[in-house]
Amino acid sequence: MMDIQVTKVGIVSCSGEERPEGTVCRLACRKVLDQLRPNETVTICLPLFIAGGEEERAFASKYPTITVDGCDKMCAAKATETLSGKPGQSLLVPEILKRHGLAVPASRRDYGPDEEPAVRAVAEEIAKAVDKTLEEA
Amino acid sequence: MDKITHKVVVLPCSGIGKTYGALARETAYELAERVRPDKTVLTCLPLLVINDPAAKKLVTENPVITIDGCPRDCARKSLEAAGGNASEACQAIKFYVAHKDLKPEGLAQLNEAGRKLAKLAAEDLAQTVDRLAAQEKT
Repeated sequence: MMDIQVTKVGIVSCSGEERPEGTVCRLACRKVLDQLRPNETVTICLPLFIAGGEEERAFASKYPTITVDGCDKMCAAKATETLSGKPGQSLLVPEILKRHGLAVPASRRDYGPDEEPAVRAVAEEIAKAVDKTLEEA
Repeated sequence: MDKITHKVVVLPCSGIGKTYGALARETAYELAERVRPDKTVLTCLPLLVINDPAAKKLVTENPVITIDGCPRDCARKSLEAAGGNASEACQAIKFYVAHKDLKPEGLAQLNEAGRKLAKLAAEDLAQTVDRLAAQEKT
C-alpha cells in the first residue's frame, strides 16, 4: 500500500461578523494562509458546508483540519465536525489572547498597529498547530 | 433571545477568500455601525450553519438583507436552510458595477477604494432598510 504524504492542512475560520474576536480570527487565519504557512495551508468558507456541494463537504476528509473560533459557540468546530469531518485541532481566540495576556480588540474592523499583537499571537498559534499536524501526519 | 422588533438583520457573506466577501462584510459594518445603527443588527452567518436557536429566531422573526460575495450565495442559502427568507438578497459585485471607478482589492481588509465603495453601498441599502423597518412598524 502506498503511503499518502500529507502536505496541506485545512484551516476553517469562524467569520464572526458580529464580534471583534471574529475579526481577529479572520485576520489571523489570513496571515497564516498568506504569510506564515502559505505552502502548507488551504481554506474553505465555512458556510459552503451548507451552501456548497459534496466536494466542499469532503474538505475535512481531504485535509487534516484546524478550526479557529472567536467565541465559545465554536461554530467552526461544530460545523466542520457535523457537516464535513472531525477537526484535528480546535483553537479558540479568547483562550489564546488570555494566555498571551492580550485584551480582545474593541472594534470589529479597521485594524491597525494597536490590534496587530492580538492578530499576530493568534496567527502564530495557528502556525504552530499546522506544524504539529504535519509532523504527526 | 426575544424578538428584536423594528430591526432589520444584515447578514453578509462570511468568506475569507474573496475580495467581494470582504466588501460584503464591510458594507454590512457600514450599514450597522454608521448609516443605520438604530434600525439594523448584524449576526454571524456561521451561527445559522450550526443551527443556533437564538440566531434562527432572529432571522425568522425579522426582515433580513443578505449580501453575498460570490455566486455561491452562502448567506442567502444559509438563511433559507435556517427557515428564513431574504427580504432583499444582493451580490456585493453589483455595487462595483455601479461604481467602476472604485475597484475593491484585499482579502483580510479592503483597500481605500473598497472602503469607499462599501460606504456608498451601505448608503444605497439604507433605503431598503428604511422601507423594511417601516413595514415592521405597521
